[in-house]
Amino acid sequence: MSASQATIETLARILAAHDGLEGPLLPILHAVQAELGFIPEDVQPIIAAHLNISKAEVHGVVTFYHDFRAAPAGRHVVKICRAEACQAMGANGLADATLAKLGVAWHGTTANGAVTIEPVYCLGLCACGPAAMVDDRVVGRVDTAKMDELLAEAGA
Amino acid sequence: MKIYVPLDSAAKALGADAVANAIVEQAAARGLDVQVIRNGSRGMVWLEPLVEVGDDRQAFGPVSVADVPALLDGKLKGHGKVADIAFFAKQTRLTFARCGVIDPLDMDDYQAHGGLVGLRRAVGMTGTEIVTEVTESGLRGRGGAGFPTGIKWNTVAGAQASQKYIVCNADEGDSGTFADRMIMEGDPFTLIEGMVIAGIAVGATKGYVYLRSEYPDAIKIMRQAVEIARNSGVIGGSVLGSNRAFDMEIRVGAGAYVCGEETSLLNSLEGKRGVVRAKPPLPALEGFLGKPTVVNNVISLATIPVIMEKGAQNYQNFGLGRSRGTIPIQIAGNVAHGGLFEAAFGMPLGELIDDIAGGTATGRPVKAVQVGGPLGAYFPRAKFDTPFGYEDFDGQGGLIGHAGIVVFDDSTDMLGMARFAMEFCAVESCGKCTPCRIGAVRGVETIDRIGRGDAAAVEILTDLCETMRDGSLCALGGFTPFPVMSALTHFPDDFATNKEAAE
Ligand SMILES: Cc1cc2nc3c(=O)[nH]c(=O)nc-3n(C[C@H](O)[C@H](O)[C@H](O)COP(=O)(O)O)c2cc1C
Ligand code: SF4
Ligand code: FES
Repeated sequence: MSASQATIETLARILAAHDGLEGPLLPILHAVQAELGFIPEDVQPIIAAHLNISKAEVHGVVTFYHDFRAAPAGRHVVKICRAEACQAMGANGLADATLAKLGVAWHGTTANGAVTIEPVYCLGLCACGPAAMVDDRVVGRVDTAKMDELLAEAGA
Repeated sequence: MKIYVPLDSAAKALGADAVANAIVEQAAARGLDVQVIRNGSRGMVWLEPLVEVGDDRQAFGPVSVADVPALLDGKLKGHGKVADIAFFAKQTRLTFARCGVIDPLDMDDYQAHGGLVGLRRAVGMTGTEIVTEVTESGLRGRGGAGFPTGIKWNTVAGAQASQKYIVCNADEGDSGTFADRMIMEGDPFTLIEGMVIAGIAVGATKGYVYLRSEYPDAIKIMRQAVEIARNSGVIGGSVLGSNRAFDMEIRVGAGAYVCGEETSLLNSLEGKRGVVRAKPPLPALEGFLGKPTVVNNVISLATIPVIMEKGAQNYQNFGLGRSRGTIPIQIAGNVAHGGLFEAAFGMPLGELIDDIAGGTATGRPVKAVQVGGPLGAYFPRAKFDTPFGYEDFDGQGGLIGHAGIVVFDDSTDMLGMARFAMEFCAVESCGKCTPCRIGAVRGVETIDRIGRGDAAAVEILTDLCETMRDGSLCALGGFTPFPVMSALTHFPDDFATNKEAAE
């Protein structure tokens, strides 16, 4: 499968905007994901050709990092902190209850496509855990009631 | 009247934006002349959103939207002046002196509080003089390894190359740490100033901040701060009108813990997989794109301006043994008064937890604390007299790392925490060495066997930890045995009870 004309144009714009950077691959991938929601398989050869590196190298980078998605996420992404400081405040229970309520596993998306639930290891909110992030919005001292509110707002 | 409402992520996570909006709206409705300033955080997270009123900075908090009418009526009960709150009054704020005090993106406010004094002094000095000053301050890297900053700079300064770099490690992946985030959100110019001074000292003209993607607010503020610094002539072709040049960019990580390790970070910055590089060559000689590179933690670099402002001697007067100066200790987890406490090295661990932080949030006894992030040891109460210092923690089988303390109460299952340490290592391993990549997966399985009552598995776990410690290239695989073995050693009951239950 090759990229659509619209995707090719988006890519051309993103690649041009990153010309001249030292080590441009991560900034490019972040920009692609910000625009397209994920890193489609078919854009990888375009990026590789532009940067004069192999397709395998681009693929290796995309798969190495937790942030880059191979498929689109739900309309909202809810990240729940699983790291130690949040565990000390009950993050495991919060995570279990949330996953059970939505009937998904980590990285899963609700059936209506509203919310993807992901683990995150520390949001720097360790003195007000359990912590979560809804898209780019940080939330502290999250209990199940607060989580229900956040999920309802997100349409889960 | 000035009213300060923090824009810090922790304050926002607890509702600061809504409080700020309510103050603006309700003050306007009453026709009050109120100027709302979004400052950084003072670091007293249990009081966030901590609202400050007037020039003498009267503190109120935690303030909710429902409290705003009383606040504006002058009827809300407060804590007196911020500076008089015990948690704050007991600190020595050098690196964080401006954090929470000023408007983070106001260059005039920055300069009114000592900003740029250090850089002005540095532009009049030779690189060698600056390196000497930093060496004499006794500053050691705050990212975890505690390597003397001046010695690292000296290596880069001495290297001959067409281009050198300053790379700021803002990957702050350790659970229980948020000092980097707080300074980037609350006093970003300090970090920029520190990087420019580093550049002048070693002859580097380009800098990068590698900032983790989990910190969207810090990314926004740092990007604005760089823009403002460039427009004010602090960075660019002529630093403060001198013949020195330095410019910098903010780069965003992609959710890999291992990219906090400096060589993995450099690979990531170059656009590669974040795999750890073997040393030598040292990044100081062959770093970013193969050029001599200073890689320093945010706090190391953000401490440079105050050292240059007040002098090496002033900084090195604080501290204990070979741990000189102050350390921003982050107290987190199950804690009554959590937050950031900057103090001279040397305060006993127990004093920090029991007196400063007031014990647990749940009110139950403290069972264990983990110091230094996910690769740090779990300490029982028996080790609470350990003074906060590099050598002191090392001597007790621990490490201070990035100076985060995570507190756990007596309901914690330490076998579960040991299992998590192995699980985290397995998830985050860069994959380069077998003891880490495979060993961590085996570690989880082995701890599960212990949990099911298999006593023989304890010895297997001990051997496995030894193999990981001796056969790993970096501290992810090499130090994961710290939390695992300390949990096993200091809390044997948690590994035995399960066994009896299963029999
Ligand atoms: C797995 C791993 C993760 C690390 N994470 C960080 C980090 O998030 N921030 C940091 O400054 N240093 C981190 N370090 C330490 C760096 O490798 C390096 O020592 C540090 O950036 C040097 O700066 P400093 O001398 O100013 O501390 C990490 C090390 C390892 C092994
Ligand atoms: S110890 Fe683990 S993270 Fe470190 S280099 Fe080896 S495989 Fe990579
Ligand atoms: S451990 Fe959850 S925010 Fe840091």
